[in-house]
Amino acid sequence: MTQRTILDAIDDPELGGRLVDRRDALARSGRLAAILAVGSVPVALAAVARSAFGQGIPQSVAEVLNFALTLEYLESEFYTRGLAAGTLIPSADRAVFQQIAKHEAAHVAFLQGTLGPAAIPKPTFDLTARGAFGDVLLSYTTFKALAQAFEDTGVRAYKGQAAGLMASPAVLGAALQIHSVEARHAAEVRRLRGQRAWITGNESDSARLARFYAGEGNLLQAGIDLEGGDADTEAFDEPLTRDQVLGLIGTFIVA
Amino acid sequence: MRRFLQPRKVVAMRDSQRPGGPELEFFSRVARATTRRQFLRWSGLAVGVTAVGCGDDTLGPDDAFELGSGDVGILNLAYALEQMDAAFFTQATLHFYAGSSAEEQRVLNDIRAHEVAHRDLLKGVLGSAAIGELEFDFSTVDFTSRDSVLTFGIKFEDLGVAAYNGAGPLLTSAANLLLAGKIVSVEARHAAALRDLIVPRTAFFAGDDVVDANGLDRALPAAQVLAEADPYIVPAASLT
Repeated sequence: MTQRTILDAIDDPELGGRLVDRRDALARSGRLAAILAVGSVPVALAAVARSAFGQGIPQSVAEVLNFALTLEYLESEFYTRGLAAGTLIPSADRAVFQQIAKHEAAHVAFLQGTLGPAAIPKPTFDLTARGAFGDVLLSYTTFKALAQAFEDTGVRAYKGQAAGLMASPAVLGAALQIHSVEARHAAEVRRLRGQRAWITGNESDSARLARFYAGEGNLLQAGIDLEGGDADTEAFDEPLTRDQVLGLIGTFIVA
Repeated sequence: MRRFLQPRKVVAMRDSQRPGGPELEFFSRVARATTRRQFLRWSGLAVGVTAVGCGDDTLGPDDAFELGSGDVGILNLAYALEQMDAAFFTQATLHFYAGSSAEEQRVLNDIRAHEVAHRDLLKGVLGSAAIGELEFDFSTVDFTSRDSVLTFGIKFEDLGVAAYNGAGPLLTSAANLLLAGKIVSVEARHAAALRDLIVPRTAFFAGDDVVDANGLDRALPAAQVLAEADPYIVPAASLT
């Protein structure tokens, strides 16, 4: 709601037109580079989306953003409930999860603001995934494992959607800026768990997490195998399609 | 753009006036930085570097590394940054700083291997369009100091993240965008890991200095990325 006020205040149809209209307009606009530099695009995006898209956000863009919003709703609820669950998170680690929770809530608000009336409502979640992670809010070990799975999957999900946003460079830019924040989260949670911050092959340290890492062992990038083995798989994160992501998180969604 | 043009104007004026003392030192530093910026020259239309490069008569075309335009220009910019990262972490792992833990050495070794992979992959993708091998000046880094190595490492990784985030929307090929996406999240992992080493278990891994109130990471236009990388790149003309 505060977010809305800010966004409404900077509502500027002309800016919106420049940002989201056409790729070649983007390429010509030196001013856009300056705008990107100071990071005002994110704040402007919701206004841009509402004004420059006219009647509404194109269906294909709205679908991508609502898919992202679903993930962010899940992550946000997960951390909010984790932080609220008494002594689940030890005090030494709370600052980390508070920062992550803050970002996920901001992502929810940001995507809602961008989508406007097109935003889907928050689904009902089952954080235990129908019992597969039954002690998620009781065991810090389980909570951290699931946090890692959500963050690494979030990175893969945004990566997989990037190409679908190319027609809307401003939206794509913001999605990329969320994407790298998810990667920071993933790295930190992995380190909290004593794991490397990057993904080696398709490895995970827990059988329950294995399915989230299918495909991460890819050694061929742009048709080139650098023959560096594990280091190469770590150096490149792999995307997932929307269906693959929904296959992974579907059991957390009740309705 | 204006920001880059302004110091140039001032430098020209000051040079003609030939001020002395600390003032001269300051402006010659600015002049050096401004001149050096030419050595990675962007001919794309999307950023302001061309404006800086044009009209500079002190450099012949052979002195600069032309990044090229369009997707090639963006990939060359990425290639330049990956060369810088690979060189930095290679030096940092040649002799680790004093008192480095096994865990710290492992992190630095891993990052070096990833940056080398990024560099080599981009070189392969660019093929004959790739810029040459750059040389770097890390004389401001104290490689014996933990604080210095980690601080510069974070600076370079955060810069890489912001560079890919800023340039990604300018790519016209979905394949190139995906490749950039595969790399940028690993750069973000590096940044977070190094930040966690220097300020462990706090909000610093994704601190408010890089992530804004909307939960968005930094995104920088190419011109600003070049300006931030510039002090560490040895000018082409001084290479023989």
